Amino acid sequence: MIEMQDLRKDFTVRVKAGRLRREKRTVSAVDGVSLAIEQGEMVGYIGPNGAGKSTTLKMLTGVLSPSSGDVRVCGLEPVRQRTRLALQIGVVFGQRSQLWWDLPLGESFRLLRHVYRVPRDDHERRLVRCRELLGLDEFLHTPVRQLSLGQRMRGELTAALLHGPRVLFLDEPTIGLDVVSKQAVRSFLAELGRGGDVTLVLTTHDLADIERLCRRLVVIDHGRVVHDGTIDELHARYGSRRRLVVDLDTPLPAGFTLPGATLTGTEADGHRVTFTLDGIAAGAAVAGLVGAAAVRDLSVVEPDIEDVVAKLYTAPR
Amino acid sequence: MSGTDARVLTISPGTRSRTSITTFCALLWSGFRRYATYRQATAAGAFTNIVFGFLRCYVLLAVAAGAPGGRPGGYDPEQLATYVWVGQGLLVVVGIWGWTDLSDRIRSGDVAADLLRPVPPVTAYLAADLGRGLYGMLTRFVPPVVAGLLFFPFKTPDRWQTIPLFAVSVALAVIGSFGCRYLINATAYWLHDARGPLVFWTLASGVLAGLYFPLRLLPDWLAVTLWVGTPLPGLLQTPLDVLVERDGPAIQVGLVALQAVWAVVMVKAAAVVQKRAERKLVVQGG
Repeated sequence: MIEMQDLRKDFTVRVKAGRLRREKRTVSAVDGVSLAIEQGEMVGYIGPNGAGKSTTLKMLTGVLSPSSGDVRVCGLEPVRQRTRLALQIGVVFGQRSQLWWDLPLGESFRLLRHVYRVPRDDHERRLVRCRELLGLDEFLHTPVRQLSLGQRMRGELTAALLHGPRVLFLDEPTIGLDVVSKQAVRSFLAELGRGGDVTLVLTTHDLADIERLCRRLVVIDHGRVVHDGTIDELHARYGSRRRLVVDLDTPLPAGFTLPGATLTGTEADGHRVTFTLDGIAAGAAVAGLVGAAAVRDLSVVEPDIEDVVAKLYTAPR
Repeated sequence: MSGTDARVLTISPGTRSRTSITTFCALLWSGFRRYATYRQATAAGAFTNIVFGFLRCYVLLAVAAGAPGGRPGGYDPEQLATYVWVGQGLLVVVGIWGWTDLSDRIRSGDVAADLLRPVPPVTAYLAADLGRGLYGMLTRFVPPVVAGLLFFPFKTPDRWQTIPLFAVSVALAVIGSFGCRYLINATAYWLHDARGPLVFWTLASGVLAGLYFPLRLLPDWLAVTLWVGTPLPGLLQTPLDVLVERDGPAIQVGLVALQAVWAVVMVKAAAVVQKRAERKLVVQGG
């Protein structure tokens, strides 16, 4: 559905090199990205600020010409066949709007039906579904300029889907949203992904979006792909492990060891201990502990994706 | 939300990319609706047009009274009054000033959303601008003309073809003006901010489109040069000269034909510039 082969985008910037002199310098925003995304995949595309995420998305949607490399989306060349591609893709930019600012939301949708030449029945069916899933009814007749950010984003999602795109590009769709709106957007996208017809590419800084929605995670930094795989593979690669936090009635005996686990923390005079599990199952670790001390309470803490990604972003290159 | 089926959200087969008349009309209607939202601004604008109409009309009539033969530039006082008041009405319809939508969207990066639609941006903006012009014709054209009719003698057309020619000329003025404004706004693709060119445009268009004074007051060689060499007289002067029947029937038609050529040239130029801009476009922001 999406193919990128050695995709590059270079920008020329002028930097001050003296009182009056300016020097031209080439900056690679995207530096040889190769990816293939199949139909129905939900891919998280993440990276620190300035990593090249949005630039990639702009090239995939035909808004920006690549400096070199090949790119195909739905079998089309995005820049050259942009208007044809527009019928096949939906795009939501979290920080800009595709709706008509002065018109009520419902009128924007009606206008989009004509712009995309969608048969009335198809349009109505999709709109009814979006109204139901995203709860649009209460603000359907409100001008877009008066909508809250959460309402507008629900409108943007609907607008991107009314023509039935095969690929949906989402550039930070939950930025600035409150918890409830974020959940509404995520649930909607999860539901959309379950259908398996729409390929979804999501860039975000909110890793909860990725955990909830995307099985595949592509991490980009300085214009290059530094990870392409599942979230579990990312954890495995960066050695992140589950932790077992145990509250004890009495501290563990001195010199206690738990095979397959490492004691990584002791608090409250030894009444709370933390083990990092190195391959051992949580159940086996608990069984090993119960024989050694009186266990009052315990919890298994999953590795935090934010920690892993932070490690990835700050890793020396 | 669980249990609901999102599979209806897939593409309908056989959608075509060709921009249809329906699409164009829908976009035109969006332009109309957009401006219709601001009714108080419409009323305030019409009032301002009337106030300035009195000012301009008295100045020009004073010029006419002092001119040898009382016909400056070949206009009699009735033609001058019609010229001023219909000009005041057309000012917003043609919309030579104040349109910065495109340059604002280029500067903010929102232009990306325009490029992601299956309609070429020039076509989409032109349709919306015609909608804006239509709304202006219904709301901003009528009040100054009625005010003028109440207080000054107007020139009534003697030829049957004058009114249809005037209608065509106004439509061409809107299209030509759109082309010019689009080009001025599109400088933001290269400059990132079109304020400089827009200020220059505001100054130049007011003088050279015949708003401040009829271009026929200029020496003939200069007026002809402006008419043939620039699209500007076609934005205001031509429809007004057509309406007041300043020239004979042949020149009347010729002026509209020249205006049509310039309107096509300007819209074509806007499309070419847009294409070039897209090749080097850097969408602002993340």
